[in-house]
Amino acid sequence: MRQGKNRFIIGFLAAPVTLYILFVIWPYIQTFQVAFSRWDGQSAPEYNGLDNFKNLFSDSKFTGAVEHHVVMLIALPLVTLTIALFFSFMLNLGGSIQGGRLRGVRFSGIYKVIFFLPQVLAVAIIGVLFSTVYQQGSKSAGVPSGVLNAVLQAVGIGGKDQIGFLTDSNLALWSVIGVMVWQAVGFYVVLFSAAMTSIPKDLFEAAALDGASRATLFFKITLPLLRDTLQVGWIYLGIAAFDGFALVQVMSINGGEGPDNSTSVLPLEIWNNAFNQPKAGYAAAMGVALFFMTITFAAISMRVTRRESIEF
Amino acid sequence: MSQSPAPKGLDRRTLLQRVGLTALVAGPGVSLLSACATSSSKKKDNVKANNSDAKNPFGVKATAPLDVVIFMGGYKDDYATKGHEPIYKKAFPGAAIKHEAITAIGTTLQPRFNSGTNIPDVVDNSGTAQMDWTALASAGQLQDLTKLWDAPSVDDPSKKVRDTGMVAGKPMQMNYVATTFGLWYNKKLFADNGWTAPKTWDEFTALCDKIKAKGIVPFAYAGKNAAYYMYYGIIQSANKLGGNQVGVDVDNLADGAWSNPAVKTAAQKWGEICQKYSDKAYLGLIHTQVQTLHKQNKIAFYPSGDWLENEMKDVKGADGFEYAICPYPDMGGDKLPYPALRVSAGEPFFASAKSPNPAGALEYLRQMLSKAGAQAFFQQAGSMAVVKGALEGLQLTPGTQSVVDAQKAAGSSVITWLNFDGWYKDLDMEARNQTNKLCYGGGNADSFCSALDKEAAKIKADSSITKQTRPAIS
Repeated sequence: MRQGKNRFIIGFLAAPVTLYILFVIWPYIQTFQVAFSRWDGQSAPEYNGLDNFKNLFSDSKFTGAVEHHVVMLIALPLVTLTIALFFSFMLNLGGSIQGGRLRGVRFSGIYKVIFFLPQVLAVAIIGVLFSTVYQQGSKSAGVPSGVLNAVLQAVGIGGKDQIGFLTDSNLALWSVIGVMVWQAVGFYVVLFSAAMTSIPKDLFEAAALDGASRATLFFKITLPLLRDTLQVGWIYLGIAAFDGFALVQVMSINGGEGPDNSTSVLPLEIWNNAFNQPKAGYAAAMGVALFFMTITFAAISMRVTRRESIEF
Repeated sequence: MSQSPAPKGLDRRTLLQRVGLTALVAGPGVSLLSACATSSSKKKDNVKANNSDAKNPFGVKATAPLDVVIFMGGYKDDYATKGHEPIYKKAFPGAAIKHEAITAIGTTLQPRFNSGTNIPDVVDNSGTAQMDWTALASAGQLQDLTKLWDAPSVDDPSKKVRDTGMVAGKPMQMNYVATTFGLWYNKKLFADNGWTAPKTWDEFTALCDKIKAKGIVPFAYAGKNAAYYMYYGIIQSANKLGGNQVGVDVDNLADGAWSNPAVKTAAQKWGEICQKYSDKAYLGLIHTQVQTLHKQNKIAFYPSGDWLENEMKDVKGADGFEYAICPYPDMGGDKLPYPALRVSAGEPFFASAKSPNPAGALEYLRQMLSKAGAQAFFQQAGSMAVVKGALEGLQLTPGTQSVVDAQKAAGSSVITWLNFDGWYKDLDMEARNQTNKLCYGGGNADSFCSALDKEAAKIKADSSITKQTRPAIS
């Protein structure tokens, strides 16, 4: 089989690799090429060297979007992973000991489904859904309140003017991040559950026999053994924090820019420049900048969170 | 472009002819670029017109298929599928028409134009995501429509097409719809309460007080996606107050154009109206949501164009709701006194130069400009096409009738249309943002004007953006 093995591998890889090069690598290369030009998207591009990149840094729309990404980069992974860890711990190891083995809380099976449901919904639908949930209502104006405002009003928070989650420039970005967290948690609950179930139960039982509390179990055993998975989750969420295009475009006012341009994100600016204005070259330059930012983040994350893998 | 003084007893034809001349001049600088496009001879216009053949002046092949792209927006696309396309098919039974209704015109069509494959013949280049006209022209994608304007008209072959239109034709754009913009209200609601459309600002605020006392919100606009309706209105008031040159300066990115006293007064007065008589909740709603509330008598006045009635025709409103338009009220010392109205020709179509059936495209446009075409458009889309006398004898919907009446009353007092929102997207987005801040964010006119002057200056200084201009208006 030795002589046939290479041909076999190449035969199977040929088609996928070709598709990958054609539809992923080649457009990347073309984008890099276009980024050095001034192009209106129709006639031939005229090359203008590093002008686009020079203009990027003085463009308040670009720097504004980058600021928003920094906020999302810090908030999204932190909040999502914390919540996901907590949930998956509860669902796998948070319950009572039955037959000598730790189980999850009651109804874990149902919770797993509920937590994963947001992942199943299309992003655009989630955007429309939360636009309604976040809606600032007004009795006198005949505008119905969203669920969130209705609940807050019932509890007494909000006063005469309901809270404009998507229309207040201080709240809009956080409202969007909230939806991103809501959507992402389910996936990481499943991911961490899978990782936790692969940890041998004897470790937990041994620790429990020694009198370890639930919290100690979590911080001293579960967390260290989950480090690899956490690293993966951190990087994926960081990359997701550089996106947010679909949500922002559907939920946020003014075409996604938000009140006082407070929710602009780089993919949105790229899209605006490429399709709503004749600035495809400039948009490509933004794309290149985004590419390097994402790669840098991933590289740094992997370096910083690297540990020796634990064999068990 | 000289404009002769309007004679007494003005009719709509003269009004709109005058508007058309302004629109011709005020449109994007495509006419300037037509020289560039043809001189670089990217593609020779190979459609030869034979004006002695009244039935087929462009020599359309009887069996050549036609690809028509219609913008799916306020006018929808029934006017094409049930109106113009059947008319074309009657003239050329062997031709298969491929109809495409697209909302994101630029996003969908740009790749096709770029690659040179599957280029549509006729394109209704409209909507938020329309393709950039300057770029299209410089790439030689647009046919010169002069041969269309010189061709014999469908209804009367002894007349040229250009003579049957209310608005003069442009070299590369056919603007099909005569559009009016103003304040919309429910005729029945006002009649029931004994309210009349206000002529002066004092009458307007007094009326708003009465409306508010009745538990109805006097004024609103949709902040989420249609803030531009509101700044259209602010500039409209500014033009009315200080003359149409105010709008020309804004379009031309003149220094301090936004801080012109007329603009500042208009911004301040409209800001006050919104803060006192509107509601923040509308900031988070899209235009159809606010328009529905308007149709349910929850809102009294709503700024929009005459597409409004047709756009909302399938939405259930209050019983007996009748759309009516009224001009913007005087602010005091207006150069263009009440009832000056903002009218122009909009909804631009073009015929592709590099598509498979360029002759068919011209013929399709010619058929649209016939009386039958204009009537079909009115019946399906509820708006007026630029064809003279097309609506005579037709039963008009209340909204359209009120637009016709308002146009008659306005006579030659015409407020011109804005262009910068199509030319400079950044300025459009910033204007929307500032409008929302002014009206729903408790802002003030000073910051509105200075922020927009700043943005205009930034665009002016950016050499990578192609600038367009409008000539001065006396």
